[in-house]
Amino acid sequence: MRYAMAIDTLKCVGCSDCVVACQMENNVPIGFCRDWVTETVDGSYPNVEIELRSERCNHCDNSPCVRCCPTGASHIEDGGIVLVTHHKCIGCGACIQACPYEARYSHPEGYVDKCTFCIHRVRKGDKPACVAVCPTKCMYFGDLDDPNSEITNVLKNRKFKSLAPEAGTNPQIFYLI
Amino acid sequence: MKEELFVSGRNIPNIDPYLNIWHWQIPLYLFLGGLAAGILFFAALFTIMGKEKEMPAAVKKAPIIAPIALILGLIALFLDLKHKLFFWQLYTTIRLESPMSWGAWVLMAITPLSMLWVASYMKELVPGWKWKNNLLESFEGFVIKYRLWMAWMIIVLSVILGIYTGILLSAFNARPLWNTSILGPLFLVSGMSTGAATILIMSKSKEERRTMSWIDLLLIIVELFFITHLIMGMKAGSQVQIDAVSLFLGGQFTVSFWVFVILLGLVFPAILEILERIGYHIPVVIPVALILLGGLMFRFIMVEAGQLTRYLY
Ligand code: SF4
Ligand code: SF4
Repeated sequence: MRYAMAIDTLKCVGCSDCVVACQMENNVPIGFCRDWVTETVDGSYPNVEIELRSERCNHCDNSPCVRCCPTGASHIEDGGIVLVTHHKCIGCGACIQACPYEARYSHPEGYVDKCTFCIHRVRKGDKPACVAVCPTKCMYFGDLDDPNSEITNVLKNRKFKSLAPEAGTNPQIFYLI
Repeated sequence: MKEELFVSGRNIPNIDPYLNIWHWQIPLYLFLGGLAAGILFFAALFTIMGKEKEMPAAVKKAPIIAPIALILGLIALFLDLKHKLFFWQLYTTIRLESPMSWGAWVLMAITPLSMLWVASYMKELVPGWKWKNNLLESFEGFVIKYRLWMAWMIIVLSVILGIYTGILLSAFNARPLWNTSILGPLFLVSGMSTGAATILIMSKSKEERRTMSWIDLLLIIVELFFITHLIMGMKAGSQVQIDAVSLFLGGQFTVSFWVFVILLGLVFPAILEILERIGYHIPVVIPVALILLGGLMFRFIMVEAGQLTRYLY
């Protein structure tokens, strides 16, 4: 099993519903976030292009954050979901330094927190909160090892990219372009 | 023509504009660890070479600093932790892939060893010292008997500790300024140089001072060579590394790096030591203070600047 997400940058309108949904679902403290939307404007007038990207932890296959964790608090769950066990985390900050995507933050309670792919929902068969709430339905979540899953199909038929693949992390969030 | 007009990111004051999770604690910890490693390395080295008589400050006196530095370093590391009550989790596993983990274990091994080392010389350091307990007296005899063994353990551990202070940073691929394998040897040499400087100022014998100041001079030259290597390697690296090193070459850390680390911390003390060797009288405290300050600044600048560097996408 290999959970992954594909996000259609052509459909996304940058409404940030995914950000709010995540904050509500996961009780993210005010002033922090586990996902966010970036806007990149490219070109010069009149040929301008905007790319909107909803970003979060890439649940990397080769995750430097897990490797550098001294206690094993950062670990990989079934399906490749990268998680932090809060009561094992000492808050040393190593994983925050190790992540090329700045996907982690230091929770006011001390431990490090980040996107969990809403593992509590996924285990029940639901979709992550951000995917479920997206009004343009631009996010696809599923199992890459399943040849019939929606995400496998969408990645088969569309062009996509991942972020900073040169960092060697093998990110598992794909942006359809 | 393509021209990027603007990139807006997340605008979260607690996380952005950049993640700077490590403050003064980590560079201080790296400095103290390197200093202790340097002092212990020379104490063990001269013991193994059978030069305890010629190098009394290096073998007996300066090591007093080592356990103090190590404990202060551990306190600094502890202060850096955000989830402090769970500190003990660090010592429930050994994770070889994580420098933070094996470094913590090396510290756990070398700190008591350094204390034993000092204890075994207590009688020579403090005339009239008594352990006021028979068990401790006989334990002291035991430690003194195996001092050479201890020296071998300490020399290995001190080199690991010295390199670790660099590897802790260089293991982070996500921070391009740190992500170079030269950082391990560079921090080791820099730590040894601060250790040698500390021995230099504690020494009373002319001969010993002469030896230590030659050693220090050599270490400074190696350090300058490694720093050149670091900059050249980055300049010839990928875009993220070119951007990273430009912080020192015209960017925001240019002045602090070249003035405090290179000139005042390395070149100037080296010149003073050469002048001293060719006959001028220079108070030893000046080059020593400059070397220690330069070493401290170097770690602060590397940790600060490194956290500004990142992958671009
Ligand atoms: S995106 Fe960052 S936090 Fe998430 S798995 Fe990759 S390296 Fe770790
Ligand atoms: S902050 Fe927590 S999760 Fe991150 S590396 Fe340290 S112990 Fe592991």
